[in-house]
Amino acid sequence: MGARDQHGVDAPWVDPARSSTNGADGFAVVGRRNRKIDGLSKATGAAVYADDIALPGMLHAKFVRSTKAHARIVSIDTSAALALPGVHAVITGKDLPINYGVIPWTPDEHALALEKVRFIGDEVAAVAAIDEETANRAIKLVKVEYEDLPAFLDPEEALANPTPQIHATPKKPERGNVSKHVLLEFGDVDGAFEGAAAVVAGEYSFHGTTHAAIEPHCAVAQCSPDGNLTLWSSTQITHYVHRALAHVLELPPARIRVIQPCIGGAFGGKSDPFGFEFCAAKLAQITGRPVKMLLTREEVFYLHRGRHPMQLAYRTAADADGKLRGVDAKILIDGGAYSSFGLVTTYYSGQLLGGPVHLPTYRFDSTRVFTNKPPCGPKRGHGSVQPRFAFEIQLDELAHELDLDPIELRRRNFQGEHVETVNGQRITSNGFLACLDEVERASGWKERRGKLPHGRGLGVAGSMYISGTNYPIYPNDMPQAGIQLKVDRSGLVTAFTGGNDIGQGSSSVVRDLVAEELGMDPADVRVVASDTDLCPVDLGAYSSRVTFMVGNATIDAARALRRRIVDAIAAEWEIDARRIFMGGGTVFDLEDRDRLVTTREAFQIAEARLDTLGSTGSYNTPTLGGDYRGGTIGASPAYSFTAHAVEVSVDEETGRLTVENCWIAHDCGRALNPMLVAGQMEGSAYMGLAEALFEVHDVNRFGLHSGPSLLDYRMATTVDTPELHALIVESLDPEGPYGAKEAGEGPLHPALPALSNAVFDAVGVRLRHLPFTPGNVLRELRAARATSQRERASC
Amino acid sequence: MASSIVELKVNGDTVEVAAPDHFTLLEVLRYRLGLTGSKQGCDKGDCGACTVLVDGEPVLACLTLARLAVGHEVTTIEGLMPAHLRAGGTGADPVQEAFDRCGALQCGFCQPGMMLSARALLDREPNPSRAAIKGALSGNLCRCTGYTQIIEAVETAIAASTERAPDGGSR
Repeated sequence: MGARDQHGVDAPWVDPARSSTNGADGFAVVGRRNRKIDGLSKATGAAVYADDIALPGMLHAKFVRSTKAHARIVSIDTSAALALPGVHAVITGKDLPINYGVIPWTPDEHALALEKVRFIGDEVAAVAAIDEETANRAIKLVKVEYEDLPAFLDPEEALANPTPQIHATPKKPERGNVSKHVLLEFGDVDGAFEGAAAVVAGEYSFHGTTHAAIEPHCAVAQCSPDGNLTLWSSTQITHYVHRALAHVLELPPARIRVIQPCIGGAFGGKSDPFGFEFCAAKLAQITGRPVKMLLTREEVFYLHRGRHPMQLAYRTAADADGKLRGVDAKILIDGGAYSSFGLVTTYYSGQLLGGPVHLPTYRFDSTRVFTNKPPCGPKRGHGSVQPRFAFEIQLDELAHELDLDPIELRRRNFQGEHVETVNGQRITSNGFLACLDEVERASGWKERRGKLPHGRGLGVAGSMYISGTNYPIYPNDMPQAGIQLKVDRSGLVTAFTGGNDIGQGSSSVVRDLVAEELGMDPADVRVVASDTDLCPVDLGAYSSRVTFMVGNATIDAARALRRRIVDAIAAEWEIDARRIFMGGGTVFDLEDRDRLVTTREAFQIAEARLDTLGSTGSYNTPTLGGDYRGGTIGASPAYSFTAHAVEVSVDEETGRLTVENCWIAHDCGRALNPMLVAGQMEGSAYMGLAEALFEVHDVNRFGLHSGPSLLDYRMATTVDTPELHALIVESLDPEGPYGAKEAGEGPLHPALPALSNAVFDAVGVRLRHLPFTPGNVLRELRAARATSQRERASC
Repeated sequence: MASSIVELKVNGDTVEVAAPDHFTLLEVLRYRLGLTGSKQGCDKGDCGACTVLVDGEPVLACLTLARLAVGHEVTTIEGLMPAHLRAGGTGADPVQEAFDRCGALQCGFCQPGMMLSARALLDREPNPSRAAIKGALSGNLCRCTGYTQIIEAVETAIAASTERAPDGGSR
């Protein structure tokens, strides 16, 4: 289906009154480097995060965690813990027996382990006490008797051994330890490989990384005397937590209020409902006192839900001129101990490869298996960073084989705008060619690539990503995003949004869109966000959906309000409403600009003439996606596009890679606030490069995390982070808010393959297996040297 | 748990706090004095989110026993703006202003520590090089920004103070 041009005659850049009154682009607020709505409160330490909340009489709760990778729970004795002075309650799985999962089709989690534990760190019991120290002493007194089961730490081993099952499926025992299998084929892939001028085939691997937001997860629960529950939680999905709490606690949802306070980073790591949220709530119910549950950094590493390790085998076929004929992929995904978003991950591992280059035929065969390790989940660029890594290296290999410039190869295969991908996804705006132009120009590609001294190189890669998904996790016909505006006689407009501001600035975007539409000073707009008692539902900060969906809902609500105010002023002045303009904090007559009132006066006139003033707005996705099972997964109302060029230095003595520069060109549709967009682009590229170079999330042969601290995890500091150059590309999407698309996840993807491709340019060696730590790189360099020596010797 | 009373000087005020002897400065600031601007990211000195100034030098509050701060001047993020106002300035401290103006605050969790490290650097060396800025902030982890806008913010703060200083020359 075609794109719906939602901008119409109301678009600021179309309306002649706007471009004559506002900036030349028609905008007064949008497109400027506006400060964030919460910037100064964060800068001065006034902003309140979950652990900053302290309530009178508050108890502190801690988990007893599994010391076994896979075991049956024989018994739990809590008596000694309960007897410790200062302990108020101890709960086990029997107290919260209802299973749940963020994806309704895979509800395989419990707030506390019920019959068995599935990884070291699995939550077994929770203790509430007068302070953290007492709670920490008490958890050591809980006696858990286990009966060991064989543990699988390697996905191939879990796949090869159907028993014991990590999750029993009595009706389908043949599933073994497979969490999800997807095989989809579009077109005749085998036919495409026959007669191809060039075929590249290779194996690639992604090692597993985690979010490592600087704020550890935390929740505070409070029950009112009449049984209403309030939960403050460091979550990016207030609405889903609300639903899950109602389900697991067996409370009517109207008795539960979930509030997301300021959140100290998320990146997908706070987008599942978690045991600490259910346990804090349950303990507050039992004890009648507020309960805080703050995880330690070590616990956050075990909570995980990070990027899945994947083993990827890819083949790509092309004609002699570089035109692609087909792609064939087989992927093994290590899911860890639970499903989390894994059903979606398995689809995403294949579904998001349909652009920006055109694939005439495509097949992927992805299998996610359970292992006895911390559960994987969605991390920035969910499910698609790993296949993108493999595929963009394949394109480089193909360019090398055909003696083509890798940028030229991508240009020749560009899919175009307003097309449908081979897997049935509707592409609207597409600025990928401009992204390639930008990184080519900025990196000095033509002059420098292949001409740098040995050991220094340039690499390129591209990607696409969703701006939200039309898969709303639980099927329903209600809007994905809702907004409510309330007008005050003081001249203030308050926007109520369920949108989770997780630092990306979504509340600032809401403020700016309201101010733009109503011609107000942004300082006169306040935003109340992510409080389920006060705000209309938005589904949450995931899938890069917030700017697109909440933005559209905001414009919808603000236009409805503007129409009412304009009509009231037109009636007051007895002129045609088309002559009324709201701008610069005033409302005036376009034909007699001396006739004006302030916005505040206009609000009062409208309130006197009409009623208490307010409005609502919403957004829902059009029907999208291919007509096959799974065809809606990965279908998005718009896609962002990115190209990176990376410049690297390779130290062949030590295997150390130094990224000198990373140019990031990203098509975000329209930059509603270029400062925030650049921040997302730089943060994404940093994260991608850091996980390629330094970070490893893994367990040892016992199932213990290999380094559950920010030091051992090797978080990149200022001195490890390369110079990042954000190059914003605007393609003006027909359906985005003022044409905007996402910027928070897409710009991560190309960083990893562009780095690998740069290493090839620098030293002629392909790095196909992450991470690129000095030891691994040195091994690859030596192996390549040995091969070339053998080849020389045999000549 | 043996508690005792410690007398601390925090943000210019002398305060008495009863706290267990093993309490860190971070615990006393956050859980006894309600100064929650100092953050706990790891509780073991890896992340720098708890950075405060002790006698003007950046110190990891999660690794410093509160008792060791007795007799020293402690500055937390909450102290910067009042100190700036007391000194006749307007608004927030120029470092805080610059972080806000440059978009350096995404989630904001690491930034109190980051801004105090920056403040200490600029107090010590009013016109540091880009490499010196990176070095001074290398103990403060940020997961959101890729550090680019943070470094820009410090450079902006330097430019602002150079403009304002009577003998600051022109920029």
